Amino acid sequence: MSHHSISVCDLGFSYPDGTPALKSVSFEIGHGESVAIVGANGAGKSTLLMHLNGILTPTRGSVRIGDVPVNKDTLPDIRKAVGFVFQNPDDQLFMPTVYEDVAFGPMNLGLPQADVERRAADALERAGVSRLRDRPPYRLSGGEKRSVAIATVLAMCPNVLVLDEPSSNLDPLARRRLIELLATFEHTKIIASHDLDMALDLCERTIVINQGDVAADGPTREIFEDAGLLGACHLEKPLAMQGCPICSG
Amino acid sequence: MAGIESGIYQLGKIDHLASLDTPIHRVDPRAKVLATMVYLFCVVSFGKYEVLQLLPFALFPIVLASEGDVPFEYLATRLLIASPFALFVGVFNPLLDRAVIGQIGGIDVVAGWVSYASIMLRFTLTTAAALVLICTTGMNSVCMAIERLGAPDVFATQLLFLYRYIFVLAEEVLTMSRARSLRSFGRRGMGFRVYGQILGQLLLRTYGRAQRIYNAMLCRGFDGHVRTMRTLRFAAGDYAFLIGWSAVFLVFRLYNVPLLLGQLATGLIS
Repeated sequence: MSHHSISVCDLGFSYPDGTPALKSVSFEIGHGESVAIVGANGAGKSTLLMHLNGILTPTRGSVRIGDVPVNKDTLPDIRKAVGFVFQNPDDQLFMPTVYEDVAFGPMNLGLPQADVERRAADALERAGVSRLRDRPPYRLSGGEKRSVAIATVLAMCPNVLVLDEPSSNLDPLARRRLIELLATFEHTKIIASHDLDMALDLCERTIVINQGDVAADGPTREIFEDAGLLGACHLEKPLAMQGCPICSG
Repeated sequence: MAGIESGIYQLGKIDHLASLDTPIHRVDPRAKVLATMVYLFCVVSFGKYEVLQLLPFALFPIVLASEGDVPFEYLATRLLIASPFALFVGVFNPLLDRAVIGQIGGIDVVAGWVSYASIMLRFTLTTAAALVLICTTGMNSVCMAIERLGAPDVFATQLLFLYRYIFVLAEEVLTMSRARSLRSFGRRGMGFRVYGQILGQLLLRTYGRAQRIYNAMLCRGFDGHVRTMRTLRFAAGDYAFLIGWSAVFLVFRLYNVPLLLGQLATGLIS
């Protein structure tokens, strides 16, 4: 049973106060694909992501991870398969030390102590934050917090990695390191972001969300060349694809 | 808002003190928690006019603080901050309870003042002991200890989260009140009305954050029970610590040690 693919079919969602957030979203993501979800503020990116591991339940339509539909009965399985990195690492890191936070997930999976330790050490290593293991999370810098948040999810050994605005609030070096880190993962990746340059570096495919609908879905480079589409969705060509303002090259 | 900033810093100081490595720090947290509980029980169980018999109990926080490298100035300033509460609890005792219960050097000793002194002394002893416990053990280990000792899981988890999110909450308050003061130009902004709204905002933000944290926990398989990795070992030294101190407290509780010492001293002199 593969948990690596995602299929979203006619997904619609309104918040309990009646605010419509998603109208009718459909797409398929295959094993090992790396996909950027881009769109304006309030376009519905985060709402969409939260359906991928059942934090929100759709008002209409369905989400499947591999062959498993996301619903109440399958939630434990789905959450094992889909790792979710939240936008604000302070929401994600709640244990007293970095190590305990990274071990939190594997412990909840009921693994034996030795496996938990191996997984936690391994995840810290892969995220490049082994040296922080005994520090309290609230004393870390923004970049360190982000890497630790990613490590906490890696420790669960998910098949799919979902990241909500992973590069927000990072300094350029921390952002570059994050991009390099994410590039090393062979998971199926879904990255919601306004950072189109990062999307260009990491994702071969991009889905543009506009007002709760899919406005475009295709190869990243092609989509980012369509200035009209980007403009209509409150976006701009990534800097890497704009001419040089100094030499106009 | 220097108050909040230095408050966050002071909290950090507890973490720093708790991370030191002294013989007191190495004692199993459960032994320290239990010994402190026996201590608190003994201190609060005295009658309301008792002052003299409470004095020997100062030994416990003093020994632990000096062995555990907790600076006395730090303890004193923390006690000072908490003291208004105790000061006001007993403030009417001297006015209401005017019975004369004895004389010292020709001056009447009023019962109200004695009970007031007793309250202040108990406050100092108990608060100092709790502070020393946290400074030599760390909040996290204290929470773990009370859980292992059989306190409900929910209680220990709540306490842990309370401590974890004090920092986040304080930063949120800090940014909100900075935003307010930057636009109130040295005046009081709009006074208490705005403070009310700020508090309301804070509550709503806290609520939203709690929801997000809970979601993050669910995503990592949370099922209502926080599992910890650390293992605790109760060694012979821990038993010695617990039993030794408990015995000392019982002796202090059952015998009037200052009186005995006084009799001994006067006996030796005469």
